Amino acid sequence: MVGARIVVSPDGQEVDTRQLGFTISPHEECAVEEAVRLVEQHGGLVSVLTLGPVEATEQLRDAAAIGATQLIHLKTDGREWDPIATAQAIVASVHQLENDQGRFELILFGNEAPDTGDYQVGIRVAHALERPCVSGVKNLEVGPDGLQARREYRGGDELFELGLPCVLSVKEGINLPRYPSLPGRMRAKKAAIHEYEPAWQASSVQKIALRVPQVAHERAEIIGTGVDGVPALLALLESLGLLS
Amino acid sequence: MSSEASHVAPAGAKVLCLVEHDEGQIVEASQRALSFARSLADSSGARLAAALVGEIPDTAKDVLASFGVHEAYALAPQHLDPYGPLAWARSLLQLLESCGANALLSAGSDRGNEVLAYAGALTGLPMVANCFEASRVDEESIHLSRQRWAGSLIEEAQLNASPALLTVAFDGVAANRAEHPVTTEVIAFSPDLREADRGVRVAQWTGRSVGISLADARVVVGGGRGVGSAEGFGPLEELADLLGGAVGVSRAVTSLGWRPHNQQVGQTGTRISPDLYLVSGISGATQHLAGCQSAKRVVAINTDPDAPIIARADYAVIGDLNVIIPALVAAIRERNSSRK
Repeated sequence: MVGARIVVSPDGQEVDTRQLGFTISPHEECAVEEAVRLVEQHGGLVSVLTLGPVEATEQLRDAAAIGATQLIHLKTDGREWDPIATAQAIVASVHQLENDQGRFELILFGNEAPDTGDYQVGIRVAHALERPCVSGVKNLEVGPDGLQARREYRGGDELFELGLPCVLSVKEGINLPRYPSLPGRMRAKKAAIHEYEPAWQASSVQKIALRVPQVAHERAEIIGTGVDGVPALLALLESLGLLS
Repeated sequence: MSSEASHVAPAGAKVLCLVEHDEGQIVEASQRALSFARSLADSSGARLAAALVGEIPDTAKDVLASFGVHEAYALAPQHLDPYGPLAWARSLLQLLESCGANALLSAGSDRGNEVLAYAGALTGLPMVANCFEASRVDEESIHLSRQRWAGSLIEEAQLNASPALLTVAFDGVAANRAEHPVTTEVIAFSPDLREADRGVRVAQWTGRSVGISLADARVVVGGGRGVGSAEGFGPLEELADLLGGAVGVSRAVTSLGWRPHNQQVGQTGTRISPDLYLVSGISGATQHLAGCQSAKRVVAINTDPDAPIIARADYAVIGDLNVIIPALVAAIRERNSSRK
């Protein structure tokens, strides 16, 4: 949504996405990268799961292109899923996958969705699985007895120590995600996607309408062009009391 | 029951707000949350209560009174300090039940969102984040306005669950004090916690001395892809130093590896609220604008007069930042030396 103006559908219920492209969200992109790095260093396999409409399979393939080997798509019909229903669908899939192939030592989430910003799906999943969970993680180290997870708190770092298995929600900045290689992309095109169709549930948060907020002004006052604008900038800084 | 009567809360109904403090100083985000909580309480004639971990000094009590807090619950800190999200959530839910509150609110801080999400998980109830308006419809439901896409979109919704679990949008509410301050009664509360509740907690905190932090800076000098290279940030740093501010960058810049992520302004980086944001070479992606919505003044330097940042800015200079910023630095130095 680079510089895009959000357009709401005429009934006020949906964002008009016809002009928009979809990508993996920043926090989740870092979660996938972190999982791939951990497996490169310590062994294991990376499974990636997403819940969303059919377009979401593109993000699964993006994850496969950088090293995820198992792709799981919880397919929806495009309706919005609330965090409670999302967490329940993920927990059901985790149970099923763990029955078949053993336990996930670590489940990573992005810290919050960019649209609803819920901050809670990872915590709800962890609670249902009875596993410890820390959110907002920006640094992760694997020790002999478990994980050391750090996050920012008031200009400093706070450290949590967790045993395995556990759940973490991570934030952008934990790593710098790689670009997929060409062979990675080719491999991802052919990767199998395991598909499930969980049942949608009504939310007790009932959407009434969406609207785009009014902006205070439509355009800046142009105070100069090129270096001719410097005196105006200087005067502005002076008027704000920012020059000693 | 008349339609008016349905707006009146049952006797003793309360709205409970988690208040974070730094050695007794109530943090700004929690002051905004108190202001928001009071408007919800006022919508149904409920009383406003606050929960703080640890002792409540008189200075904090005065602030709580000015925000209209009738009861301030001091949570015994022995199992709650150092911070652990599960222990905090379990304690607040016990307090909620014992004091008869039908809503639990907190600032949309990292801890506030985390604790309320745990409360949601423990109860199976919805937790709604990023709210900026709330009024009670009836005992079971609340009308809400919340931010989506970090404020680029607004949702009106009705929450049909009780107790309500809400957090406040980062920059959606002002910290308005009550028209009529009240007398705040401080009440001690000792939660009943099990060992398992304390499993996840802070093991260590390390303070950092990095000069002026981006989140607190009065002036932020922003640079984006238009800076052109990692080395190109030299003049921006010089300008930030001259103005007593900090350098902030766009997501493009951190993705290119030019600057560290802790300098990123945006929805997934740091939210800033300076008096002046002097932003150059940044086109103004939604994700970036979400991080500077609280800036009091935005001045943009950009080669493209049609860039979205020009619509957001108050003033703009059209041109190449790599020429304009060094010239501005030189002009400030000349002014400063002529005053000596």
